[in-house]
Amino acid sequence: MDQPEFRFYKLSFLLPGLLGLLAVILFPLFFTVRVSLSGWSAVSPGLDFDGLANYRALVSDVRFWQSFERLAGMAVGTVLIQYILGFAMALLVWREIRYRRFFRVLFLVPMMTTPVIMSVIWRTILHESLGPANDFLGLFGLGPYPWLTDGSFAMASVMMVEVWQWTPFMFLLLLAGLISLPREPFLAAAIDGAGPVRTFFNVTFPLMAPVSIGAIIIRLIEASKIMDSVYVLTSGGPGTATETAGYYIYIRGLKDFEIGYAAALSVTYLVVMIVLLTVIAKLLVRTFVGRGT
Amino acid sequence: MKRMLFLTSSACVLTLALASAGRADQVDYTKYGDYANYGSAEDGSSACSYANIDKKDYSGKTLKVISNAVPVIGEPTILHAKQFEDLTGAKVEVVNVPFGDLYQRIMIPFQTGQAAYDVMFYGSLWIGDFHNFLAPVPEEYLQTPGMKDVTQNYKDVATWGDQMVQYPVDGDRNYLKVRADVFNNPEMQKKYKDETGEDLAIPKTWDEYNQIAKFFSGWDWAGDGKKHYGSAEITKRDDLMFSAFIDRVAAYAKNPNVKGGFFFDLKTMTPQVNNPGWVKGLEMFIDAKKAFPPGGENFGLGDAIFSFGGGQSLMEYTWDDPFIQAQEKSSPIRNKVEAAPLPGAYEVWNRDTKKWDKFDTPNAPPYITWGWTSAVAKASKNKEMAFDYLCFFANKPNHALDLQIGRFGINPYRNADFEAKFWEDKLGWTPNVAETYVKTLSGMDKSTNRVFDLRVPGVNQFMSILANGVSQAMAGQKTPQQALDNVAKQWTDVVNKIGKDKVRDAYAKVVALEDQGR
Repeated sequence: MDQPEFRFYKLSFLLPGLLGLLAVILFPLFFTVRVSLSGWSAVSPGLDFDGLANYRALVSDVRFWQSFERLAGMAVGTVLIQYILGFAMALLVWREIRYRRFFRVLFLVPMMTTPVIMSVIWRTILHESLGPANDFLGLFGLGPYPWLTDGSFAMASVMMVEVWQWTPFMFLLLLAGLISLPREPFLAAAIDGAGPVRTFFNVTFPLMAPVSIGAIIIRLIEASKIMDSVYVLTSGGPGTATETAGYYIYIRGLKDFEIGYAAALSVTYLVVMIVLLTVIAKLLVRTFVGRGT
Repeated sequence: MKRMLFLTSSACVLTLALASAGRADQVDYTKYGDYANYGSAEDGSSACSYANIDKKDYSGKTLKVISNAVPVIGEPTILHAKQFEDLTGAKVEVVNVPFGDLYQRIMIPFQTGQAAYDVMFYGSLWIGDFHNFLAPVPEEYLQTPGMKDVTQNYKDVATWGDQMVQYPVDGDRNYLKVRADVFNNPEMQKKYKDETGEDLAIPKTWDEYNQIAKFFSGWDWAGDGKKHYGSAEITKRDDLMFSAFIDRVAAYAKNPNVKGGFFFDLKTMTPQVNNPGWVKGLEMFIDAKKAFPPGGENFGLGDAIFSFGGGQSLMEYTWDDPFIQAQEKSSPIRNKVEAAPLPGAYEVWNRDTKKWDKFDTPNAPPYITWGWTSAVAKASKNKEMAFDYLCFFANKPNHALDLQIGRFGINPYRNADFEAKFWEDKLGWTPNVAETYVKTLSGMDKSTNRVFDLRVPGVNQFMSILANGVSQAMAGQKTPQQALDNVAKQWTDVVNKIGKDKVRDAYAKVVALEDQGR
């Protein structure tokens, strides 16, 4: 008898959260999809219905797909380096060492700074005329290097700034994982006479696999949105050498004011990223944790 | 004796009265910061003077203004807004946004029919996109002394068809700046003559420019123990690089004997961007890389300003900013610089005959590019107050102050601004510096072969495509011809998407400005 009232009562508790979710996540998403089906631009205001014209156009947009390839290389490369460095730093301060607390805080500093501000500072450091990087290397007879004006160097510079800024995030997650590991496997390895290298590969690394996969996926999601450092350091140049998908969408949407087309690019980007990251996550789990997990 | 005393007293009283009357007519900036350091100017008696704006009562009303981030144009917007508030009782809300955000922050309310802002400050080249949403400047404001003194060039920039829809507040153009102390140095002249067989003189052509720039690259011609370089240019994609490129191209592709369009052939709307004149301009741009300072291939406007203004480079050719920076009191090269027209070319592409025309004197069309402007929204409910604010913004004393402060980004656009004495008296420039400056600027205004911005709908997209193509060629990803062919193809696609007639109608107005030759 009381069942319907009970259901309504439960629903009324959920409703504010659901409405919040709808407003914050689903509405912008659905709105973007709707905009992507319009021809909204500087000369064609508003939400007309243009069908799949934008999607048809982006299939042959070479610049977009090239920016995607560049982004993939950049994201995978930076996240791998961040993982290796972050793991090394976490291992360093995991054990009892002097000034452990100081190092833990110090390693987090880059992550706590604003990305755009840090990119501006890095641009100044790497400035080939006025920046200190070439001056410093010159003391050792090295350089000068075209940090931001040669395609390969510019790509390396953007990746370096990303690694510098986001390795602490990887460090934080991996350190939390290390701290939560059970002590018994390590005691057993010690009793068996395993050295530090063997302990790492046979005990620490396997035990850290779930945390590592989580950390890598989170960072891949973030790294696939590289935009601010590209914007500040190179504007996607020289040529299109550092143009990422996010930066290209910014150019088409906010500079060219091709709102409908930029929305189609965004939706496509979202779908491709969801598919790719799902595949990567599955592969990582299968490789490091096991098929049944 | 009494008579003498009376006369003396009367004379004193009269002198004091005149002096205080004079002071009363001077605008007082002390209340608003350190602006009083730049002195003051007489208020005058125009409709927008302090005295006359003071008579207006806008109490209880709010004026919404959007402008660029502080300081460039954003700072004077705020300063004059505060003054306007104090005089009229109005509330002026100024929103300052970064330049990259400005277009869409103005455009989206326009397109959605909202009166988000009464007054907008923005780049004058966006008139092709904005003109339908702007209120024409009323006749009474066109008759103010300040507006009447605006040069025809900048009235043209503010006009769409036969209506002025933008309120002129700035005058921009690109011109050449050089280190006069080096060009006039006999030792340098001899060295240059010995090694090249030619006389060292301010370049009249881009060939000469590149040659001199390359000669003066990579060694210490300034005698300060550092390496110096020949040319600082804007090369960073998406940082107004298109302007630097068009400066160079104009000499080869803006043929005074060919009417009907520089960017497009107006009749067919075929892009001209890949014709031999444009390709030559790009080849020369790439050639100049040899004379850039380290990192010069990624220079934005700020880098170019500091490279020339800081004494690193011999030459530069963008807006006023590097010149003003070089003339700052703390500058190591203050009063060691000169302004000159953009270099030109003896051979200019003729797209009608498909041949290069030869000229006895270099063809050097000035590029009237960019510049800040302002406008009142058609949807504004406070149009009178909005125009009063803009008129007040640009009144005589405010304009005199704004011109003196380099970071404000406000440059000469009135006939009175081209008096060398103003720059000598107010800013302490030497007569030669001031003379070359005003002569160069006023000469460009009088040119009969000018290039204007591509003021058509979707201008940002056209310029973004152009910058990308040029950047690819500069980076060696494509040859100049391949890069510009690709730009032309994309421009054609954009024209077809927007509508050929729509773009042609707008472009015809640009061509009319260029071809009227006044």
